[in-house]
Amino acid sequence: MSVVVLPETAAAPVPAARRRRWPVVSIGIIVVFVLVALLAPLLSLADPYEQALRLRFRPPVWEDRGSWAHPLGTDRLGRDLLTRIVWGSRVSLAVGACAVLLASTIGAAVGLVAGYYGGRVDATLMRVTDATLSFPVILLALILAVTVGPSFGNVVIAISVILWARYARVVRGQVLTLMTLDFIAQARIAGAGAWRIITRHLLPNTLNTLVVLITLQVGYVIIVEASLSFLGAGIPPPTPAWGSMIAEGRDFVTSAWWVSFFPGLAILLVVLAFNLLGDWLRDTLDPKLRQL
Amino acid sequence: MSSVIDVRDLRTHIVTRWGTIKAVDGVSFALGEAETLGLVGESGSGKSMTCLSLVRLVPRPAARIVGGEVRLDGEDLLAKSDAEMQQIRGRKVAMILQDPMSSLNPVFSIGMQMREPLAMYHRLRGAAVTARAAELLAAVRIPSPETRLRAFPHQLSGGMRQRVVGAMAIAGPPRLLIADEPTTSLDLTIQAQYLGLLKELQQRHRFAMIFVTHNLGIVARTCDRVAVMYAGRIVEIGPVRRIFTEPAHPYTRALLESIPRFGARRERLTAIAGQPPDLASLGAGCAFAPRCPAAFERCATAPSETAIAPGHATRCWLHARA
Repeated sequence: MSVVVLPETAAAPVPAARRRRWPVVSIGIIVVFVLVALLAPLLSLADPYEQALRLRFRPPVWEDRGSWAHPLGTDRLGRDLLTRIVWGSRVSLAVGACAVLLASTIGAAVGLVAGYYGGRVDATLMRVTDATLSFPVILLALILAVTVGPSFGNVVIAISVILWARYARVVRGQVLTLMTLDFIAQARIAGAGAWRIITRHLLPNTLNTLVVLITLQVGYVIIVEASLSFLGAGIPPPTPAWGSMIAEGRDFVTSAWWVSFFPGLAILLVVLAFNLLGDWLRDTLDPKLRQL
Repeated sequence: MSSVIDVRDLRTHIVTRWGTIKAVDGVSFALGEAETLGLVGESGSGKSMTCLSLVRLVPRPAARIVGGEVRLDGEDLLAKSDAEMQQIRGRKVAMILQDPMSSLNPVFSIGMQMREPLAMYHRLRGAAVTARAAELLAAVRIPSPETRLRAFPHQLSGGMRQRVVGAMAIAGPPRLLIADEPTTSLDLTIQAQYLGLLKELQQRHRFAMIFVTHNLGIVARTCDRVAVMYAGRIVEIGPVRRIFTEPAHPYTRALLESIPRFGARRERLTAIAGQPPDLASLGAGCAFAPRCPAAFERCATAPSETAIAPGHATRCWLHARA
């Protein structure tokens, strides 16, 4: 006699990918920064441009000479750091959003066209993409800054003009896979033209990947913008930008560390939040990891 | 009887690094209303390429239709502009492909996918489109069609999905339906159901049907006529009964002998000797000659088509009249 033990059917273990919770911390940080950036004019903070030379290099509130009037201290010109970081978030997030949206639009369009038409169109577009990927963003931004002068628009353009290539590559790769599937052939047989197939069948099927890439790239763009501003090729002073604030504090790091530290911390938090959110989105949206 | 589809001397070539392949090399056949042609042959014999040529969707730029005529109700499709051809696809010629798992767009519901071609074909809008879509699903025997319209492809079984594809194919309704191995990936029981459904739809809409398959059993059950393809050519074409009882071409005979039969226990299955031909380096003669048990000197030149009975023709020197 043998006893057959049937496996438990009800309590199947939940795969790890499904158990992952919402990335509350990342979303929280992003929401706080976005709200602060949007509401900056309403927060009744100090004027970010107001100089008070008597109050130069005030340390943050918990240090000896600190006060609640300037919770994070003041800079070389006596401007309130907290206020400048808040206003700086507008620059960073706006550049991040604009550059990523512009770049993803161009990149997705190029990738869709290259993947759909294939052949010579594909070869040409992909060579352009390769060339673009080999061009350093910083160099292009410096050239733009020198020739037309640094400005918000130029920073966005400089970043987008390089960044689209990544989207183009990824989208083209996806489209090549999709093109082998029968529903594309079936759509053609049903009388759909190139435009319809690209917009109705290919684009919607690449959206997941696009969303993941966009999220991951926001952090990267914020860092690039900060680097440009640090080098003086980004947002021109006196507009508060995190990168240029770090640059301003650079000469006083030993005596007034907070001038560079807090803008740097802001960059760290935002970029980390976007990267973690992007990772989570990838795990959740990637159909290869996801079980129904 | 005037034919719905009349293909004459269709030629499609594929340019590759190793030379030009004549994937479809002078194919001719005609089909009337509600008539079904079975297109059989080994992989790479040009069945699928023939079908794609009919709707002018050969993979460009490598493949090109280089000659012939495809007359649908008398109009030559090969002479149409690209825009006109787009109007014909789906509306007058529909096609069902092999893999139901990938033949629906995974990100849209069944309803959304069905509404799109319907709106395009019939200039319907709003609730009328939805009603028509539900009607089509009901026509392919999908239970509770209104609910199914909201389902996504991954929520349906393979058989269900293939029915949805069938529903979209008859939306025109088409004059010609090309079914490229539509049942290969379905369960056996579902296969029979699906074939029955296709025949029923054909009776209702009177469309001509081209049925591409490896499965001679399916041919026997569903087709009126059979065309056997080898190396891009139709080597034998005729009524289904004659092909099965009096096959003329040695290749057809070999194909029939390789089907396992119930009861014939002691007989071994005969495999066809040799490999399918390399289409890039075909000689001038009959392409089957190197594998043919009955080959003789004349096979070094290509045989032309010979009629051996009404509606039954073959390309073989054994049947050529001197």
